[in-house]
Amino acid sequence: MSRLDQLRNSLPPWWNRATAGVVIAFAIIFPLLFGQSSSFLDATTTALAYVVMALGLNIVVGFAGLLDLGYVAFFAFGAYTVGWFASSFYFKAHVHSFWLSAVAAHGPGIHLNFILLVIVAMVICAIAGVLIGLPTLRLRGDYIAIVTLGFGEIIRVFATNGDGIHIFGGTLTAGRQGIPVVDQPRPLPFIDSFNSLNLRPWYWTALVMVFIVLFCNVRLRDSRLGRAWIAIREDEVAAASMGVPLVRTKLLAYATGAAFGGMAGVFLGSYLTTVNSDQFQFGFSIFVLAMIILGGLGSIWGVVVGAMLLSYINKYFIPDVFDKVANSLHLGFQPSDLSFGIFGFLLVIIMLLRPEGLLPERRRQMELKEGVGADEALALEVSA
Amino acid sequence: MQVVRGFLSRYGLILALAALPIFYGVKDLTGKHPSLAPLANNLVSGISNGSIWAMIAVGYTLVYGIIELINFAHGDVFMIGSFTSQAFWSLIGVTLATSTFGVIGGLLVTLVVAMVCCGTLNVMIERVAYRPLRNAPKLAPLITAVGFSFILQNVGLLWLGGSQASVDNLIHQGSKVFSIGGVVIHREDVLAVGLTVPLVIALTLFINQSRLGKAMRATAQDPEAARLMGINVDTTISMTFLLGGMLAGAAGLIYALYQTQVWFFQGFRGGLFAFTAAVMGGIGNIRGAVLGGIIIGCIQQISDNRIGPQWTDAIIFGYLIMIMVFRPQGLIGEETREAG
Repeated sequence: MSRLDQLRNSLPPWWNRATAGVVIAFAIIFPLLFGQSSSFLDATTTALAYVVMALGLNIVVGFAGLLDLGYVAFFAFGAYTVGWFASSFYFKAHVHSFWLSAVAAHGPGIHLNFILLVIVAMVICAIAGVLIGLPTLRLRGDYIAIVTLGFGEIIRVFATNGDGIHIFGGTLTAGRQGIPVVDQPRPLPFIDSFNSLNLRPWYWTALVMVFIVLFCNVRLRDSRLGRAWIAIREDEVAAASMGVPLVRTKLLAYATGAAFGGMAGVFLGSYLTTVNSDQFQFGFSIFVLAMIILGGLGSIWGVVVGAMLLSYINKYFIPDVFDKVANSLHLGFQPSDLSFGIFGFLLVIIMLLRPEGLLPERRRQMELKEGVGADEALALEVSA
Repeated sequence: MQVVRGFLSRYGLILALAALPIFYGVKDLTGKHPSLAPLANNLVSGISNGSIWAMIAVGYTLVYGIIELINFAHGDVFMIGSFTSQAFWSLIGVTLATSTFGVIGGLLVTLVVAMVCCGTLNVMIERVAYRPLRNAPKLAPLITAVGFSFILQNVGLLWLGGSQASVDNLIHQGSKVFSIGGVVIHREDVLAVGLTVPLVIALTLFINQSRLGKAMRATAQDPEAARLMGINVDTTISMTFLLGGMLAGAAGLIYALYQTQVWFFQGFRGGLFAFTAAVMGGIGNIRGAVLGGIIIGCIQQISDNRIGPQWTDAIIFGYLIMIMVFRPQGLIGEETREAG
């Protein structure tokens, strides 16, 4: 590590900005290198949406140290925002916002434009995040995990059985059938229109979201609030006695993380053009959790790398490589059925061999390597 | 105001738990054919079904009591118990055609095998996934536990496929043993309660009387002091996982016979139900876990039969959240360190 630090110090001061500029420029022209509807572009677009989601969860789990096992709930809220407010699902209503695509502007139902949807979803999710956070305030660690898991499962049950709940002249959700044909965003001038044959505008939309969330993440981490989150993660009692308001800080973590989850949910809902309850399994929460643990809890760049890697692994490596190996060995099953088992295995292996993740956050690495946290834990054990 | 709050915090949870049976009891009595028999039948199957959750809950409570870890994979160990049982009794040739004595003998052997398998599996999980992380931050072993839960689920998925798999109805589940005034006791009720009670009594005796049980209680109170007193803490913890796994194995066998179908997802759901039961009874408290299991079983039956099985999960998890929020120490449990 020290050699890497030396190398880093010997670089000229403009180096960081130059790399960032190159990476951003490459990210922007990236889709032009592939066909308009190539599957790699599709995988990358989905991966970017997962990056947004993982960065949101990273605020809750990585920064504030509150293990949230029900993060899929916010994906659900975001996706249902699209289902409710940007499709002809509630066909009896006729609500149309400005700036809609031609199809959406004339159909029945509620139609809001994409930006409004994102805002609405973020507000809904932030409120839901606070509501889920409230009961866990007095609890710690593992109990929080179970309560959030319970909430996530309750949301899934409602999503699945929502087709039996009648409200506003329609049903709450469309259950397993799914709410079909959600609106496509209206194209911007000079950019191709959004549809399933041309994925480039989708990609750029996702990229803009990633940039926004990355910016928020970096600024939040270094802000007063971010430092308060990390203080709570490190030692709740000490943070409280130093004047960190626990309730407000924790609820803000839940709300911010949830809002980003909702943002990604809106995107995925529109991109997948359907919202059905099978998308909101508990396994998805673990999928996102595996991303941030693989990348390094609390490390923003680690989380980006982890999310991209796991999405590609999920999309290509497991179906292609594993299935081929399985077929050649005549194992008689498709490992792609087992993707969640593979993520489970990954979680165990990472926690055992490299708990700080691929690109660790400095502070956490210190704890894990030099045993700062462990000593404290032991001291607490003895004193308790 | 103070009185109301005190009353609610002490009895609120009990009221909330009693709400469902009381509501449907009153509804039945004020209906066209006033009778409490349907509710009583629900409660009977609730008790027998709940005794399965109780056995799993004891495993959660034992492990949490000793190392303060939610053994998330425990429910899936129970699922493996079901799978092992049905595989083993097919292997030794117990089928519907076997004579009664053959079935009883075969199932007793199966019980032992399932208990040994699940106990060993649980010990191995502890050895691989939890022991290396004993001094790591507290969330680390929880994450590996979730990971192992997924691994076991996928083992189940590979084993018997993704849908419910029927198993032979060896005990002729559903046939009546006797009935008192419209309340029917079925064979599976006798089996579930008849196996759970002796096993839990044996476990309680073991923990209260034996030398190893004493070591377990000492380790639960203070691992450091126990180590200083010459107790081998690692062995004691392994022993706890062994006992918990054995009970999960037994529960797996009963579940397979009781439901006559098994599937890979039963462990996740059953595990959460049992965890709810363990928290309800006060985590770390064996009698509480049994009581919690039975209450959860009753709520589940009432919800399945009266409200609709698709809502049961949401109702149980709703109770879980309520307990966590309003009474994290459980119905009868002492204050845990976590709750304080």
